[in-house]
Amino acid sequence: MDVKKPLFPSAFDVKAPEGAEGWQELYPYYTRFQPARRAEDDEKFWFCNSQHWPNPLRPFDVIFLDFAIKCLGQYNSRHLLVPPANGIDYRILNGFVYFSPVAVAPQDIEARIPQFLDRAGHYFGNWNDLLANWKTKVMGMIDAMNAISFEELPDVVPVEWVKEGRGLDNTNALFEAYDKLIELSYKTWQYHFEFLNLGYAAYLDFFGFVKGQFPTIPDQAIAKMVQGVDSELFRPDDEVKKLARLAVELGVDGALMSGSVDEALSAVGKLPNGAQWLAAWDKAKDPWFNFTSGNGFYSTDKYWIDHLDIPLGYLRDYIPRVKAGERIERPTERLLAERDRITAEYREMMDEEAQAVFDGKLGLSRVVFPYVEDHNFYIEHWALGVFWRKMRELSKLLSKAGFWPDEDGMFFLSRNEVRDVLWDYGASWAIGTPNVGSAIWPAEVARRRALVKALGSESPLPALNNPPEVITEPFTIMLWGITSDAIDRWTGSADEGDGLKGMAAAPGTAEGIARVLRSPDQLGELQKGEILVTPVTAPSWAPVFGKIAAAVTDIGGMMSHAAIVCREYGLPAVTGTGNASARIKTGMRLRVDGNTGSVTILDKATGGGLVLPAFTPWMDP
Amino acid sequence: MSANDLYTLPFHTIGTADHNRVGGKCASLGEMTQAGVAVPPGFAVTTDAYQAMLDHHGLKAEIERHLAGADPDNLDQIDRAAQAIRIRIRSHHLPEAVEAAIRAAYAGMCAEAGIDDMPVAVRSSATAEDLPDASFAGQQDTYLWVKGADAVVGKVRDCWASLYTTRAVAYREKNAIPQVDVLMSVAVQKMVNAKAAGVAMSLDPNTGDRTKIVIDASWGLGEMVVSGVVTPDNFRVEKVLEEILDRKISDKHVELVGDPELGEAVERDVDDARRKIACLTDDEVLAVARLAKRLERQNKCPQDVEWAIDADLPAGENLLALQSRPETIWSQKPKEKPKSAYGVGMMGIVNTLNNPVGSKTRG
Repeated sequence: MDVKKPLFPSAFDVKAPEGAEGWQELYPYYTRFQPARRAEDDEKFWFCNSQHWPNPLRPFDVIFLDFAIKCLGQYNSRHLLVPPANGIDYRILNGFVYFSPVAVAPQDIEARIPQFLDRAGHYFGNWNDLLANWKTKVMGMIDAMNAISFEELPDVVPVEWVKEGRGLDNTNALFEAYDKLIELSYKTWQYHFEFLNLGYAAYLDFFGFVKGQFPTIPDQAIAKMVQGVDSELFRPDDEVKKLARLAVELGVDGALMSGSVDEALSAVGKLPNGAQWLAAWDKAKDPWFNFTSGNGFYSTDKYWIDHLDIPLGYLRDYIPRVKAGERIERPTERLLAERDRITAEYREMMDEEAQAVFDGKLGLSRVVFPYVEDHNFYIEHWALGVFWRKMRELSKLLSKAGFWPDEDGMFFLSRNEVRDVLWDYGASWAIGTPNVGSAIWPAEVARRRALVKALGSESPLPALNNPPEVITEPFTIMLWGITSDAIDRWTGSADEGDGLKGMAAAPGTAEGIARVLRSPDQLGELQKGEILVTPVTAPSWAPVFGKIAAAVTDIGGMMSHAAIVCREYGLPAVTGTGNASARIKTGMRLRVDGNTGSVTILDKATGGGLVLPAFTPWMDP
Repeated sequence: MSANDLYTLPFHTIGTADHNRVGGKCASLGEMTQAGVAVPPGFAVTTDAYQAMLDHHGLKAEIERHLAGADPDNLDQIDRAAQAIRIRIRSHHLPEAVEAAIRAAYAGMCAEAGIDDMPVAVRSSATAEDLPDASFAGQQDTYLWVKGADAVVGKVRDCWASLYTTRAVAYREKNAIPQVDVLMSVAVQKMVNAKAAGVAMSLDPNTGDRTKIVIDASWGLGEMVVSGVVTPDNFRVEKVLEEILDRKISDKHVELVGDPELGEAVERDVDDARRKIACLTDDEVLAVARLAKRLERQNKCPQDVEWAIDADLPAGENLLALQSRPETIWSQKPKEKPKSAYGVGMMGIVNTLNNPVGSKTRG
C-alpha cells in the first residue's frame, strides 16, 4: 500500500459542511482532532461509528459518548485485561463519532493472559449469580433515577426550614439532583459493560470454532444457534401485539382506531370492557414502554412511554391484522425448533472430538448470550429513558426561568455548561437579580442549533487515514462489522456496478421498492412490502418489520441490533453496506439477497433517474 | 420361494438379505422405496436369473474357454475375446422360468400403473465383486424407453452381455478376479417423463464442503447431464439453512426425451424460449436439495443422487429419486485435523481473542 497516498483523508484536511464552520466549540477539547497531536492522530485508522451515532451530536449528548467509550475501555484494559485489546479511542469530526481501537503491544499480551484467566474466568464461572446481582444493581440505578426530581426555586425558603434552623436553601437539592442523575447514569454505563465484553468474547470463541469447522457457514447460521427467542428486547412489541388481540377480544378495537391517544383511551374507557383493556394497557406500559425508537444515546430519542402515539400507531397496524385472522405473534416454538434443528444438523457433520468442543462452547455461548440481547432493554431503553426524561424536565424548568425559549434548549449546552447555568440560576435567585444566562443563551442556543443542523446536511466519511493491513481487534469486528472485507467495500474495491455488498445478516431473498429512511421519525412513511434502507436500525423498529420485505443498512456487524432483529423476524437483511442509504433512492427497485449479502439495484428509473455515482470516500458525499 | 421370487424382486420387497443378489443400484432403489422416498416403481432381475442363464446354456465353460491364456496387457486379444462372449450371451434364449418371471413382473408393473406396454428403463445393477466404478456412464448398459415384454426381456440380456465389455474384462484379468464368478443384476424401472433431471451431491465436489448441496440440472432426462453433453444449470444450496446460495444458468442446447411414436428416447434441440432459463424453480431446487439431504441422512454418508422431475405428476409430488450412491472422492479422504488441538475453556477464548476470525490480510 502506498503510505503517502492514504485510502481515506486525514481528519485535518476535512472541511466543515457549509454553515457549520466553527462547529469545534460545540464539543470538549479531548474529543477533537487537535493540531498539536496531528502526527499521532494521523498515524491511526479511524472509522465512523454511525451505527451508534448516526446523527451529529448535540453538545449535551456527548455525555453518553464519553461514558460509553470510557466504560467499554475500562473493562478491557483495567478490569479484565483482555489480552490483545485495550479500549477504543474516540473523536468527534463534523459532529460525527470516529473510533480507533487501541491494541495491546504484542510483547505485552502474554503477561495479561494469567490476569485475564483469573478475572474473566471468575465471571464465566459464576455468571448467573453475578448476573442476578447485576440486575439488582441496575434496578437500583433505575429506581434512584426515578426518585430524582427537579424543583423550581421558590420565592422564599420554606418557613419551616427557617424555624427548624436548617440553615440551607433549595439550591442544594437542585444541584445535588443534577449531579446525582449524572453520577447514576455514569454508574449505569459501567454496569452496561460489566458483562458485555465477556459475552462477545465467548460468542466470538464459539463463532471462530464453528467457522474453523465450516469455513463457508453463513454468519447468521452461527448466530441462530445461540439466539434466544424470549429476549426482553422483544417484549415491548409482544406486549403491543397482546394488547391488539385483547382489544379485538373485548370488542374495544374500534374505539382505538381513531383520534389522539387521549381521545382513543377515553373512548375505550366508556365501553363495557374498556376498564379491563385499559388496565392491561397500563400494566404493559411500565416497564415495557420504556422503549426508544432510537438507541438511547440522544436527547432527541423518543420513548414510547412519553409518546404513547408510537405504540398506539403500532397497535393500529396490528388490530386489522388480528381481525383478518392473521397470526401476528412471533412463532417462538417454531423458532426454538429451528434453532435446535440447525444446531443438530451442523453438529452431526463434525467428528466426535469436535462435537465435544462444540458442545462446550455452545453451552457457554447460550449462557452468556441472553445478556447480550437483554442488557439493551435494561440500560438503553429503560435506565437511559428515565435519565432523558428527567433531563428534559430540567431543560423545561430552566426554559421557564428564561434561559432558552424552547423546551429542549439545554441539550445545546455541554453537561458542564449546564452546571454553570444552575449556578447562575441559583446565584441570581439568591442575589435577587435577573440571571445572566437569559441574556446570553437564547441567541447562543439558536446559533448552536443551526450549527448542528448544518452538520447534519452531509453524510460522514466512513473512515480516516490508512486502515491497518489486518483488522484484529475482536470487538470491532464483532460489533461494527469492521473487517478487512468491509474496508474493501468502503473503498469501492469490491464495487460491482449496480450492486452493493454487505454482510449476510439474515437469510432469504426479496425484491421490492426501496424506502430510504434517515430517522425513526420517518417510520410512518414505510409502505407494506417495501425494502427498508437506512443508515442503521434499532430494536424498537420491530413493529415495522411485519410490514417490510427486507432491510438494508449502511453499518452493522453480525451482532448489531439490526441483524438480531432481522433474524428474529425472519427477514432477509444485508448490513454493513457502507453507503446503501446514500446510493439507493426511495422508489428504486431492489433485489436483496440475505444469503450472500448482496443488494442489486434492478430499476433505477423509478428512482427518478437520479443515481449517485459509486461512492468515493474522499469525495464530498 | 417361487421361481418368480427367485428371479425377480419388486423394489418394495427387496430385503437386506437380498442385497447380494440384486446389486448396488437395485438395493438402493429398494431401500429408498421402503423408506418412503418417491422412486419410480420397478423390479430387480436377480443374479440368480443371470446364474440360471449361465448354467442353462453352459456359458461359464464357454466364457472360460474364450479367455483361457488371455494376456491382460494385450488389449486386442482381450477385445476379441470380450466381443465373442457378448455375442454368445446375446445368442441364447433366456431359460423359460427366468423369462416367465420377468414377463410376469413387467405385466404386474403395467397392471398396477394401468398402462399397457409401459415404457421402462432397463439398467445394469453391479454387484460388489464388480468394478468399483463400473456404474460410471457408458460402462454398463442402460436402455431407455423400452416398451413391451419382448423388448424388456431382450434388454435384460443385453445388460448381462455388457458385463463383458473390454474394459471390464481387462480389469478383472489384471486384478485376478475370476471372470465367471462376477454376477449381474438388472433393474427394470418405470420410465420417467422427465421435465428436467440431473445429479445432486450432498457435498461440494470442488471442496468437499459438507455444508453445501450442489445440483446439476438440465431439461429432459438426466443422461445428458451425466454424460456431459450439455452444460447443466448449477445450483449451490446451504444444506442446513436450505437456502440457495447461487445459481449458474447455462445454455442448454439439447435434451433427451421420450418419443412415444418412435418408442425410444430421442435427442432433440431445446427450443429457444427454454435454452437460457433455469430448468428448475427455486422450490424445485430446494426440493432436490432436501431429497439429497434426506438420502445422506438415511445412508449416513454424503450421497451422489440422480433425480428427475416428472412432467406427468402434480407439483410437490413430482420429484423422483432414480439412484443414490455414496460419494466416493471426498468421503474416502482422511479428514484434515486442525494443526493444533482445539482450544477449550478459557484458553480457547484467549486464543480466539488473539486471532479473531475476519482478521485476514487485506487482499
